[in-house]
This record gives sequence, C-alpha cells and structure tokens, in this order.
Amino acid sequence: MKVISFLSGVLFAVGLGIAGMTQPAKVKAFLDVAGAWDPSLALVMVGAIAVYTLAWRLRRRWSAPLLARQWVLPTRRDIDAPLLAGAALFGVGWGLGGFCPGPGLTALASGAAPALVFSAALIGGMILQGQAERILRRGPLPGPVKES
Amino acid sequence: MDSFTPWSALLGGALIGLASAAMLLLNGKVAGVSGIVSGLLRPVAGDTAWRALFVVGLLSGGLLLRWLYPAAFDLSGAPSLGLVALAGVLVGVGTRLGNGCTSGHGVCGVSRLAPRSLLATATFMLTGALTVFAMNHL
Repeated sequence: MKVISFLSGVLFAVGLGIAGMTQPAKVKAFLDVAGAWDPSLALVMVGAIAVYTLAWRLRRRWSAPLLARQWVLPTRRDIDAPLLAGAALFGVGWGLGGFCPGPGLTALASGAAPALVFSAALIGGMILQGQAERILRRGPLPGPVKES
Repeated sequence: MDSFTPWSALLGGALIGLASAAMLLLNGKVAGVSGIVSGLLRPVAGDTAWRALFVVGLLSGGLLLRWLYPAAFDLSGAPSLGLVALAGVLVGVGTRLGNGCTSGHGVCGVSRLAPRSLLATATFMLTGALTVFAMNHL
C-alpha cells in the first residue's frame, strides 16, 4: 500500500510534467478562452478521465481493493455553498498563479522561487481554512475520509 | 495555437489517470492531491504514511522530471511572487472549502459523474477563465 502510494506519486508527477500542468503559462493559455487559447490541458483531462473511467468500472465489480482492506471513497452528493464558494476561490487562485496543488508541489523539485512560495502559501491557506472552520464552529474537518 | 501540444497532453493525462487508477484499485483511495495533503496537516494515526509517501513520490517524480525533462519546469508564466503567494492562499483555502481540486474533483469525481465534482469542476474552470480574462484583457 505504501509503496504503491509512493510510485503513484512519482507517476502522477511525471504525468503532470509531460502534460504541461507544471507550466503556469500553459495553464493560463488554457484558461484564456477569449484570447490566444491553447486547449491542450483539456486533452490532459480527457486522457486522465478516459483511463480513470475504466478503473472506476473495474472497481464497481470488486468487493475490495487489491492491497487494502476497504474502499475509502467520497459519498456525499449534496450541493452546498462551501462547495461552490471553495471551487470558485480555487479557480481564482489557479488562474492567478497558474498552479494547482499537484503541479505546485511537483515543481518544488526545481527549487524555483514561485514553486516554493506557492507551496508554502498553499499549506498556509489550508491551515487557515481549517482554523476558520473550527472558529466558526462548523466543527473540525471530518476525519481523513475527505471528499476528494 | 502553435503552442497546442495534443499528444503530450493526452499522454500526460493518461499517466495521471493511471497513477490515480493505481491508487484506487490497489489502495482504495482517491488520488486527490489537495485531500491527500490536507489530511497530512491534521495527522491521524494509521492514515498518515500513505499520504506522506504520495507527496514524497510527487517530489521524486519532480526530480526525475528535472533530470530528464527540465523544460517541464518553465515557470515563466507565473506572476510576481506576491501574487503567487496570494494565489497559493486562495488555492489552499478554496480546495479545503470545496473539498477538492483538479485531480480530486476534475479527474476522479468527473470520471464517476459525481454531481458535486461536476459542479465544482465547472465552477473552478469558470472562475479560472474569468480571472485570466481579467488579468489579460482588463
């Protein structure tokens, strides 16, 4: 299980790199629908979803994963304000910086300042949100079984 | 559109999908980077090692890229460090509040047609596009 997590992370990062997700200019060009639009990242999603969909179909036929005891999967189906507000904020940050979590962390390997700053701020933002939720008495983040 | 790179995009995407599929079918977990990382910030005994190893894997993959394909780390499109910091905070807050990011919602959630993920993905794509529009054209 742990070895697979490590290897999966390696493969994930390599995929991000090949895909162009670690290049903020490419991300922004994808989001720049009204300008010099580069639809490449749409194909990244297509490629990823195509493969994952097959895996999802397989998993529905299995009673358990191969190396763990149980499936730990999201179950919520409700649409609520935090979901939409959170997604909206995430999108703004993504468009502003050109990084999302995976590529930002992967880019740490380059040692470049933007990656370091982004990653630190990412962690900071997550901690901030966690604290805010506690203070607002929404309760602590529910256990490790998060949505996604 | 001379920057259009369909084949590397598809290949990279397929590798991301494969990595996520492995996490699913072997470990029974969702490969959502924001979820994996945030779970590390509030460590639960027995649920931390796999998360840490995934992140170490990301960094290791990054080193591999640095060695074999350093062009992957062309970060010239990033704004000033101040804006990068702001962006990071927004991404951190937003992914926690919305319970996911491009991998968790955009790949894993959309693949299984989860209503929350479909809506979340549409939303962050929209605000992402609006943000870039505002930065480029206003």
